[in-house]
Parts: sequence; C-alpha cells; structure tokens
Amino acid sequence: MHHYTVGNVTTEYFTFAEDEPFCLESGASIGPVTLAYETYGQLNADRSNTILISHALSGSAHAAGFLDGDVEKVGWWDDCIGPGKAFDTNRFFVICSNVVGSCYGSTGPASVDATTGKPFGLSFPVVTVGDMVRAQEKLLDYLGIDRILCVAGGSMGGMQVLEWAAHHPARVRAAIPIATTAVHSPMLIAFSEVGRQAIYADPAWNHGAYYDKPNKPDAGLAVARMVGHITYLSEESMHLKFGRRLQGMEKYGYEFETEFEIESYLKYNGLKFTRRFDANSYLYVTKAMDYFDLTQPTGSLAATFADASHVKFLVVSFTSDWLYPSYHSKRLVSALTAAGADVTYLDVKSSWGMMHFCWRSIR
Amino acid sequence: MTVQLPAPVDGATLRPDLLAIAAIVPNGAKVLDLGCGDGALLEYLVRNKQVKGRGIEISELGVLACVRRGLSVRQGNLQEGLADYPDASFDFVILSQTLPFLNDPAMILQEMLRVGVRAIVSFSNWGHWRCRLQFLFSGRSPVAADLPQQWYESPRRQLLTVTDFALFCDQIGIHIEQQTYLVHGRRVHTGRFRNLLSTSAVFELAKG
Repeated sequence: MHHYTVGNVTTEYFTFAEDEPFCLESGASIGPVTLAYETYGQLNADRSNTILISHALSGSAHAAGFLDGDVEKVGWWDDCIGPGKAFDTNRFFVICSNVVGSCYGSTGPASVDATTGKPFGLSFPVVTVGDMVRAQEKLLDYLGIDRILCVAGGSMGGMQVLEWAAHHPARVRAAIPIATTAVHSPMLIAFSEVGRQAIYADPAWNHGAYYDKPNKPDAGLAVARMVGHITYLSEESMHLKFGRRLQGMEKYGYEFETEFEIESYLKYNGLKFTRRFDANSYLYVTKAMDYFDLTQPTGSLAATFADASHVKFLVVSFTSDWLYPSYHSKRLVSALTAAGADVTYLDVKSSWGMMHFCWRSIR
Repeated sequence: MTVQLPAPVDGATLRPDLLAIAAIVPNGAKVLDLGCGDGALLEYLVRNKQVKGRGIEISELGVLACVRRGLSVRQGNLQEGLADYPDASFDFVILSQTLPFLNDPAMILQEMLRVGVRAIVSFSNWGHWRCRLQFLFSGRSPVAADLPQQWYESPRRQLLTVTDFALFCDQIGIHIEQQTYLVHGRRVHTGRFRNLLSTSAVFELAKG
C-alpha cells in the first residue's frame, strides 16, 4: 500500500496582507493573514499541472500522506490523492490549503490578534466562501501559478470549487464540485443554526472568550457535531450500520444512559471532534456556508457562470445524500449547460461503492 | 485501484448501425447524443471526425464508461426534455436505438430539432418480413432482429415500423432529409420494399 502514498508530508505556511489588510466581502478587513497549506507532486516547467483541493467544514490542509511522518495522521483524502490515484501525484502538482476562519493553521478566531496580543474570539470578522477563495488566490500568486488545471472538493469544498469557477474563471480550466450546492438551502442554514445554538448555550462558550479558561465549550461543540453527523448519514445507512441494536446490553435498561448503538456512535464522534476542532471556528465556517448563494446578485445561476463557458465541469452527486440532494446538482448542471459550459454529471446510486470511499472522507 | 479503460473504438469495432449514423455527421460538427450508452459512437466521432461531442445517458455505468473515454456526458433522463440547451446549439442531435422506449416521441423529436439543426434517429424495424411471418404463423409477438427483446422484458418498448415512422414525421411536420436501410447492420438498397426488407433504419431529419 505504501507505494501508493505521497509519503511523509509537512504543512507549510504562507502569510500575506502584512502591509495592506485583506478586504473581506462583509466590508471588514484583516491582516496579516496566514494560510496553512500542503503540496504533493511536482509543479511542471510551464506551471500548468496544478490541482487545487478544497476541504469541507472540518477539513484541514492535510489532504494526503503522513503528517510529519506519523502513520496515524493520514490525509483526509488520501484515498484519492497519491501516485497512480485519481489525483495522480506522478502527473499533477496538488495543493490543499486550510480555509480562513478554520483552526488548522490558517488565521481564524483562535489566532492571536497582533493588535491585542490575545486570541480574536468573536472580534474575528465574519468570512465568506468568496473570502476563502480569494485568500487561496493569494497563495497561488505566491506560488507563481496563474492557472489551475483543476479545482476539486466536496460539500463546502465543492462550494469553493463553484466560487472559483464563477468568480475567477480565467484561472480555472476544470472544476469538480462533489456532493454540493450552488445555493445553501434554508434546511442547511437550519442545521447550521442548531449547531451554533448548541455552542451559544454552553456556558463555557462565554461569548467566544474561552481560550484562556480551563473549560472549553466542548459540550456545545459536541452536540453541534452530533447534529452534523446525523446529516452526513442517511436513514438507510443508519439502519444498515446500527439498526436498533443496543450497546453492551441485552435488554432495555429504562434509564437515560447511552443504550442504542447510534447514541454511542454520535456521542463518541461528538467527543472526538472537540479534541480536534475549535468551537468559534465552527461558528465562523458554518456562517460562511450559510451566506453561500451563487444566484446572487443577478438572480440567475446561469448568469453567474456566464464567463465560465470554457471551464470543464465534472459534477457528482449521491442519491443517498439528503444534505445536498441530487436535485441541487441537477439545478447546477442545468445552469452550467445553459451557460454553454462543458459539463459531465454523475449521480452515484450506491453510497457503498468505490466513490463512497472518496465521499465519506470529504466531510 | 486500477481503472479499466474501454478499448478505443474504430471503424472495425463500432456497431454497424452506429457507423451508418457516423457516416452522416460531417467533420467538426457539434453533436449531442441522446442515450449515448457507453459512449462508443461519441468517441468514434470525436476521434475520427473531430466533432465537439456531448451526451446524455440515464445509467450510471454508461456515464462512468463515457467518463473513462474522456467524454462529456450528463446523467439524466432525456424524457425530462432538453430544456437546458439553447436553440440550435448543436449541428446534430442523435437518438440511436432509443425511439421505441420513449413515452412521448413527438416531444423528443421536436426538442431534438429545436436544440439541433438536424436530427439523426435509428431504430429497429418490426415491419421486416421475418417479424411479419413470426406474427402470422406462430401467433407470437414479433421480436426485432436488431433488438432481441421479449415483450415482458424491461425497459418496455413500443413496436414500430419504418413506414409508421415516416408517416409520423409527416404528421408532426418533420422533414426526412435522408434514409439509410440496414439488414443486420449492413447497408442495403431495398428499393420499394424497405419496410419489408430492412431490420433497422437510420433517418436524418430536419424541421419541416
């Protein structure tokens, strides 16, 4: 298996907006801004073989290989990035960077505000998917890459893919949005808000000022993640994976300890998440997704992609996905077709097939 | 995790009825293939006629095969219409061996001639003498030579003959530009007896 991996990798850091601040869509500005990123494979002589990978809500720049040589720390999309894999590092130069607002090395609410010497907390400005992509653009400028061969990602990563194609089409040759949407739906906003409310309701959250406190809003963040996890599964997959099985007992205990396997699974994942993610980042990144609406300002999705007719698209959806149902992708495909773009669309039926491998690691 | 690439198609391996369609398409044309299956025809047209090709295919396996051939194909049901495509955005819209399976053939044919300047339609002919004899002497539903499917198999299809189709085109105001008749894939000159002698037909259509 080892010869299919990119091997040991390290995360690198790029800082910009040190002199002039980085202006955000909201009108606020911020600087300096640091982006954590990783690269795999070699940039070719004419700098034309770059594939940009965008991560989802809780993802990081560590998309492939073993971080700092630790075989336990495998990249989140290692199934698809590596020598001979879908994103073949023998041929392509693959970049993945952590989004602004996240907590994996890029500037976010947990970063120290140079003006106060303390973590930003809620004084960090609200960012959008558009801001995330414009920050990635600075990274490409720094790396000397004018045009990317392909930008790919799922869920929020897919939103970044669409943002690239819609608003920076001259720099994109191909785009692969997977299990995503061009417009964050009211239902998605609703789930985001439930997660945020869980964090707000945790007394340890303390309006975002908890970085110097012994207790973090772990309970709130864990509930937010549990809600998220429910949406990443389908009813069918819960039936298959857990059913109504009990965890470590033969019959009902008629009490409120964890009894069903699904309860135990959610609690475990919620808790695990608190060890790796920052509650404030959860608020900022979900908010960024909620603002995502490529039908604006014209009201027409096709008009948004009017300058992207040269971009080759591969749109992929999954029939079992109820968070980003296939009709979101179909609507996108219709708009891209009307805009005259070259679109391939695949609606993957089985959630247990090979594609599922890539899919489940996306979020 | 190696991906099996389909063998490239050439004149020797492409199904003969698809070759008959390909013969109509000029070099460099813009082509939309409805129900393009595994993409064999589209790949042939892209390689040999440098067409700009697009496809619509309902099956996931078909779309995957097309992607492996490097083709641009949308997974979808063409019976939902071609509304996304602007008028006259293609030179040719192709419908091969799919006609008997359509619920509303008039809608599809008219959409084909809205989106494309010309349409090419191929289908099996149940008017062939063997089908007629089968019905007459065995009393069983005829099975078309080029579509060996029993009446109970899905997807369900509607029997038609080349005479039916020609009359239908006339009825809905579609002009037949040219017709090619095949017997077991081979092009034949059937003279007046095309409905009796052909197992398949390829029609090139234009707006009336």
